Amino acid sequence: MFTELQEANFLVPTSYYVILSAVLFTIGVAGVLIRRNAILIFMSIELMLNAANLAFVAFARAFQDLSGQVFVFFVMTVAASEVAVGLALIVAIFRSRKSIDIDELHSMEG
Amino acid sequence: MNLPTLESINLLAVLPVLIVFGWTLVLLVIDLFIPSGRKYWTAWLGILGLLGAAVALAVRFIDARGAAVTAFDGMLTVDGFSLFLQAIFILTAVIGILLALDFLPRHKIERGEYYILLLFTTGGMMIMSMAADLIVVFLALELLSIPLYILTGFARPRADSEEAAMKYFLLGAFASGFLVFGIALTYGGTGTTSLVGVFNQLAEGEPSRDLALVGMALILVGFGFKVAAVPFHMWTPDVYQGAPTPVTAFMSVGAKAGGFAALMRILIVAMPAVGEAWGMLVAILAMLTMILGNVVAIAQRNIKRMLAYSSIAHAGYILVAVSAAQRPEDAPLAVSAAIFYLLTYAFTNLGAFGVVLAVEREDGSGNLLEDFAGLGRSKPVLAAIMTLFMLSLTGMPVSAGLVGKFFVFQAAINASVGNPWILAAAIVGIVTSVISAFYYIRIILIMYMQEGEPQVVLKPALTVALALTALATLILGIIPAPVFQLAKDALLTLVG
Repeated sequence: MFTELQEANFLVPTSYYVILSAVLFTIGVAGVLIRRNAILIFMSIELMLNAANLAFVAFARAFQDLSGQVFVFFVMTVAASEVAVGLALIVAIFRSRKSIDIDELHSMEG
Repeated sequence: MNLPTLESINLLAVLPVLIVFGWTLVLLVIDLFIPSGRKYWTAWLGILGLLGAAVALAVRFIDARGAAVTAFDGMLTVDGFSLFLQAIFILTAVIGILLALDFLPRHKIERGEYYILLLFTTGGMMIMSMAADLIVVFLALELLSIPLYILTGFARPRADSEEAAMKYFLLGAFASGFLVFGIALTYGGTGTTSLVGVFNQLAEGEPSRDLALVGMALILVGFGFKVAAVPFHMWTPDVYQGAPTPVTAFMSVGAKAGGFAALMRILIVAMPAVGEAWGMLVAILAMLTMILGNVVAIAQRNIKRMLAYSSIAHAGYILVAVSAAQRPEDAPLAVSAAIFYLLTYAFTNLGAFGVVLAVEREDGSGNLLEDFAGLGRSKPVLAAIMTLFMLSLTGMPVSAGLVGKFFVFQAAINASVGNPWILAAAIVGIVTSVISAFYYIRIILIMYMQEGEPQVVLKPALTVALALTALATLILGIIPAPVFQLAKDALLTLVG
């Protein structure tokens, strides 16, 4: 997909961005798995989404194609609506339990 | 790039989903004027809208004669596959509303938003079955998921409902992260987000095919969460147990079918060139899913939790069919087996949860297996219906479940020539079906053999839902041929 001419025009090669986005994505996944505070988990998820956004923009630049950039707008919009629902849930949980530590969410076992 | 025209947007082809969304938006306003305590009006109006969509769908089906068209400039594909699945979604939504009608006031959580959120989710599922572009897949998936997060927490401030919503939300968003990153890598490997484009690029053997392969694996992870495949199933038992029972019923069928719709379209339509790779992965997932789901279900004492593990197991059976579709020549039979299985599972599972609803008490208790003791004596018809559903979930004769399983395993064995993974998955499927009989039949034994006084509340709407699902389970079990023919004609196609 990458022609040499296109790559030569870029100061920073596309692969750098892709590697960075993979690193960010991994940090996000690790955050979700390690963190115990609901808001921090949520922020890690946002990091995963934004890592994907970075990859989209980098590829879109490499291909000179707009659809990757359009995707980023959709991801951002959807992330915003997820925030609306997610924070509402976190507030609801905090009101009834005075804690948003997900390790304390274990009323159901089996 | 051509400007969109009325023809390329093709609104008529997507009329059913337009009706669902348009009507839901209208309903959102109407609901403001409906006094609280009369919110069943919203429910009936919602069902009315769904029936309208069903009529539009039927007209579309007759008009199309099996031909596939695109809409919104190739963003959506309206083919037999999507029409069949849309029919499943509309049916599921109607029954889902019927199940909730008496439940919500009885549990004092009757709010009009319930039905509106449910309709939005249904619209998301319908788009999911038509999505022909990875952007649309992502949007539809979120449209399906976000209202479901809210519905799961609908019994707020009940602790387990809140907790379930939180877990569902966090893990659902986590899964979306994988999906989006997978799509980004697929885009990087192929330079396009349209499924037709992905197909063409992969068929040409693009140099960055490896990137697309990693993307495919991540997409598989994302959908693995949505359809509750092992090892991405951890949320399922808690969410199914904590969510209000009608939501659990709706979600166990709708969200799963929606996830499978998009998964099948992406893998089978866009990625047959790497079919061997994903076929093996899916077969491994299927085996893990069937084994874990069926074995852990045995240890459950709460029926909603048991049905959650059972729904994990059923995702495994459908995955067997998906994996059997890895070669284009086997795909049509495997896809029709998968969607037929989804249909039988929809009726059976909705019905089983309907019985659970009837036995459940106002304070949210009454979900233990012992609470079904004595049902055979006090409510013989209800117990008979539950027996039918349990036999169908096991895959016993004269029930839809047997036919569904038969077609899946037939497709798998057909496709297994020279592919040991599919054969192994099919064998594991048959063995675990036998294991599953243990916990399904235990319910039947408890209902008939143990003494007890279950408190059953059966209102008209629930009765209608139970009658519908039981009848459908029975009919699909006795004369499956006409409906299976429909599923066979419901081809997944690549147009664009």
